[in-house]
Amino acid sequence: MIGAHDLGGKQGFGRVLPVSNASERGVDPVESLFHAEWERRAFALTLATGMLGQWNIDESRHARENQASQRYLTSSYYETWLVGLQKLLHEKGMLEREELAALPFASSVEISASAPNSERSRSVTKAPTPAEAAALLARGGPTLLPDSRKPKYARGALVKVQPMTQAGHTRAPEYVHGASGVIHAVNGVHIYPDANAHRQDKDRVVGETLYTVSFARAALFPQRASCGGGTETASAKKTLNRESTNQEDRVIKESCEDRVFVDLWEPYLTHD
Amino acid sequence: MSHSEDHDHDHDHDHTAPPPELELRVKALESLLVEKGLVDPATLNEIIDTYEHRVGPRNGAQVVAKAWADEKFRQALLNDATGAVASLGFMGRQGEHLKVVENSDEVHNLVVCTLCSCYPWTVLGLPPAWYKSAPYRSRAVSEPRAVLAEFGTSLPDTTRVQVWDSTAELRYLVLPKRPAGTDSWSEAQLAELVTRNAMIGVELINPPEMDEANE
Repeated sequence: MIGAHDLGGKQGFGRVLPVSNASERGVDPVESLFHAEWERRAFALTLATGMLGQWNIDESRHARENQASQRYLTSSYYETWLVGLQKLLHEKGMLEREELAALPFASSVEISASAPNSERSRSVTKAPTPAEAAALLARGGPTLLPDSRKPKYARGALVKVQPMTQAGHTRAPEYVHGASGVIHAVNGVHIYPDANAHRQDKDRVVGETLYTVSFARAALFPQRASCGGGTETASAKKTLNRESTNQEDRVIKESCEDRVFVDLWEPYLTHD
Repeated sequence: MSHSEDHDHDHDHDHTAPPPELELRVKALESLLVEKGLVDPATLNEIIDTYEHRVGPRNGAQVVAKAWADEKFRQALLNDATGAVASLGFMGRQGEHLKVVENSDEVHNLVVCTLCSCYPWTVLGLPPAWYKSAPYRSRAVSEPRAVLAEFGTSLPDTTRVQVWDSTAELRYLVLPKRPAGTDSWSEAQLAELVTRNAMIGVELINPPEMDEANE
């Protein structure tokens, strides 16, 4: 699905603002990791319940992304995590609909309309202790699979990204759909998120070869090519200003030499 | 924009006072999960402590400083970052498959996750808020030099920008250029110079300011 989370190349979000104007309040929300205690708890609850092994990282991402676009864009980061967590707890049969509905300020929007999949709701092992959790964090969750299949494309091969056709989870961002690129690296066979986010059988893992594909930035975003050598002149600045009427500070010249590298699985690609 | 009168107006960004409904809902959800035996509250504290105090950009700074000081380590890092970084004791979640991309006069690297917030936790900890924000995620790929300028970073035309969009489970760490004037510095001194933002690629590392004019 091309959801609101698929932000690469979208316009209208304004400046990055790495420096906050809120330092007067004694906090620097742009720099701090958590803005409030509930964010710390929502973060830790997500990781701790994830350790129960009832869902994988791709299901978790899909639960966050698969919501109304206007809601995704107006929710804070950890609010989106919380919505995703509630959905998963319900879908995996770990919390009943009534239990979620009884939470303070619960919104029906956040509780998945789909019934919990009974096959998925199996007995849960005991909650990990702090020591067990520390060991799990240190181990991580590698996605590289012991699979020696031959990659279809070699380094240097010209490829084209397939137009997107499926409705489910994917990690092919919209801005490369249909774009031509060059294989920069072949990274082995990794768990395939498009299948992993929707798998019905916990024990069946689908892997696909993962490539790093190199694209010309100017070809991906021709409307912001603004190429041309030489030093920036006053007239060039004027032209750029005219092109970006609502952001008068957009006088920075991009370069046609710049590249964008995207990690893409084999099924996303065809020969170019 | 004036903020001088009062703070009663609504801010439309992230630093408003925490909405009481979320504070209450998360508290209730935690109680429910603890009651059901699905979560151990001590484990929650362990997770928070790990990422707030133990795993953070000082790890990455140590990696960068070692790469600057030790050519063999630099080669190992560029060939197999996961293994090289593990040799310093940094491994685990969101660092399972690490890649290091090196800056030079010819190339400047910049890391983003346009789809969510993928970030190399083992060496940088959790991402700062701006890294997860819509402006950064939308623009880093389409107009990287304009984004860099907002961080006060400008590059010559002859330096090619390479943007790495972390769409899979590969995690990218930028190896910044070693600043001039640090030839005699120890690894520990070098590590002090390395900033988180330089390891994401939005900033350069400035040459150290000389303490004494005759240095």
